Amino acid sequence: LGNAGKKDMMHIVVCIKQVPDTTEVKINPETNTLIREGVDSIINPFDTYAIEEALRLRDKFGGKVTAITMGPPQAETVLRDAISLGVDSAILVSDRAFAGSDTWSTSLILSKALTKMDNFDLVICGKQASDGDTAQVGPGIATHLNLPQATYVRRVDSLHLDTSPKVIVVERLLEEGYEMLEVRLPALITVVKEINEPRMPSLRGKMKAKGAQIDVWKNSDLAIEENEIGLEGSPTQVVKIFSPPKKEGGKIFEGEPAETVDKLVKEIKDIL
Amino acid sequence: MSKIKIIKDKCIGCGLCISACPVDAIKLIDKKAVIDLDKCTLCKACLESCKFDAIEIKEQTKKAKDLSDYKGVWVFAENSNGNIAPVVFELLNKARQLADDLGTEVSAILLGHGIEKKAEELIQRGADKVYLVDSKDLGHYISENYTIKIAELIEKYKPEILLAGATTTGRSLAARIAVKCYTGLTADCTGLEIDKDKKILIQTRPAFGGNIMAQIISPNFRPQMATVRHKVMPEAKPDPARKGEIIKESFDSTNVDKRIKFLDFVKEDVSTVNLAEADVIVSGGRGLGSPENFKIIEELAKNLDAAIGSSRACVDAGWIPYSHQVGQTGRTVCPKIYIACGISGQIQHLVGMQSADLIIAINKDPDAPIFKVADYGIVGDLFKVIPLLSKKLKEAKSPK
Repeated sequence: LGNAGKKDMMHIVVCIKQVPDTTEVKINPETNTLIREGVDSIINPFDTYAIEEALRLRDKFGGKVTAITMGPPQAETVLRDAISLGVDSAILVSDRAFAGSDTWSTSLILSKALTKMDNFDLVICGKQASDGDTAQVGPGIATHLNLPQATYVRRVDSLHLDTSPKVIVVERLLEEGYEMLEVRLPALITVVKEINEPRMPSLRGKMKAKGAQIDVWKNSDLAIEENEIGLEGSPTQVVKIFSPPKKEGGKIFEGEPAETVDKLVKEIKDIL
Repeated sequence: MSKIKIIKDKCIGCGLCISACPVDAIKLIDKKAVIDLDKCTLCKACLESCKFDAIEIKEQTKKAKDLSDYKGVWVFAENSNGNIAPVVFELLNKARQLADDLGTEVSAILLGHGIEKKAEELIQRGADKVYLVDSKDLGHYISENYTIKIAELIEKYKPEILLAGATTTGRSLAARIAVKCYTGLTADCTGLEIDKDKKILIQTRPAFGGNIMAQIISPNFRPQMATVRHKVMPEAKPDPARKGEIIKESFDSTNVDKRIKFLDFVKEDVSTVNLAEADVIVSGGRGLGSPENFKIIEELAKNLDAAIGSSRACVDAGWIPYSHQVGQTGRTVCPKIYIACGISGQIQHLVGMQSADLIIAINKDPDAPIFKVADYGIVGDLFKVIPLLSKKLKEAKSPK
């Protein structure tokens, strides 16, 4: 996996998000609203692959991994989860002024936080978050910071830290196959599930996570103009939320295969 | 100054907002709802839940720029290997409707190398103008290079709407353009319409894996950008008689982003893997029992010219590559027909396929959740049902 030198202290930043467990989100048929009571908050499933990839690269090449999230104070939980997996340090970016930020403002806030950090070589994000499903914040951060990007990465082919410039070679998953890109560091990549199998937290990791110091950065630390963040700075506005049209009950056939198949074929042959 | 508040006179303390809040930020104090602003993310879920209009949110007040200069509906004409991506024809159809509602014109932006003759095709499908940028530097799609050029065109010609397909390319590109141009972008839309009074674009999209729908606007920013899910909207039909204007623009080679180098593209067996393009998908799940048994899925797929999908369980077990996985951590698909074989229908799978036009489920367990979203279902042994179905469908399709 490349010819990287260990002497170089590599810094990888993983951007993660706390999301409601989508699998538990349901609609109350009477009020037509989301029932999210008792729904657990979890780490965005795609971010677990981002964390794992960062840890693997660090373990191979040396260096450190920082996890960062933007969210309300309780989002700290996902940072502790990240530390329990082996992430070295974590930063919570949290301020009332950030609430209501859309992907434009969120990527601005995260990019300002990244700028405030030690120099980093690589930023890794999950391909998208399971609540918003936008896949926009990763490329958004890259653009705010003028970083090159590789989205939908399914494999890190190699990392070259002793070349000048340092580069990473990755495979991107596309609709019809995959492409290989060589990207100069510092860069931002977003990863898909195929890239790895995330580890489970160790007991030691869990202990460490419990007592870990998590820095909280407020907008006074980042000094972003108020009119670029929150509802005011966000170009998009949610006008309404509603439940999708309900599906009519389907026709379910039971019985002998010969009969049920005949019934089904009769129903669908005209649309094939 | 808080951006959200409870109007105490209107609040009756019913608690609907408490259960709607995803971050547990609302409590009842003295029979009135109180919002903990440290927890609140201003997601507006409570606004929707309140039957008494007792929650107020302060909306955006600023005007970002003079919007009256921005006119026309643009479509990003994604292409690869000299072929226009099919989603572009769907976008052109929708763009035509939007432009007619606004009394403006449709333009396609076509970037690539050796693609000049494709401009006519876009005109036939409804474009009034094609901005053509043909350059050897744009032969292979690179987000950074495409962003630079398209942002330049936006600056110069000022479109009011820009649509792109919600493909890997479209989503990677649109997100960069929106940030660069400081404008709003809505991902993966399934509905677009014009608010005729305000002359703005109303964008509808699924969120939470399709469990809810959201309507989104960007009233104070231009262009209003959206990526649009493939196969949701009908294609524009070609009209060979249509006339349009081709405007050639150049790409300055010094703008090439040298930090990204394209090395190689490896095509996979597209007929079975390209879940995004497939009209029919046959998917196998844990009920197949072993990787060899995917053969019966392949047989059925072959008879229907279908792509092959899979549940997460089979991918995790190593029965089939990840590129086939449908569901939350795999691909979201929207075919005309989705046939789920031996898939129980965990919510993680359902969110990836429930927007298919027609869902057929085959499972031995009559209580399997997949039957709840199915239009048609067969309860039975898939090893008997599927081969029989393959055979019967083949007969039904072939001319008598």
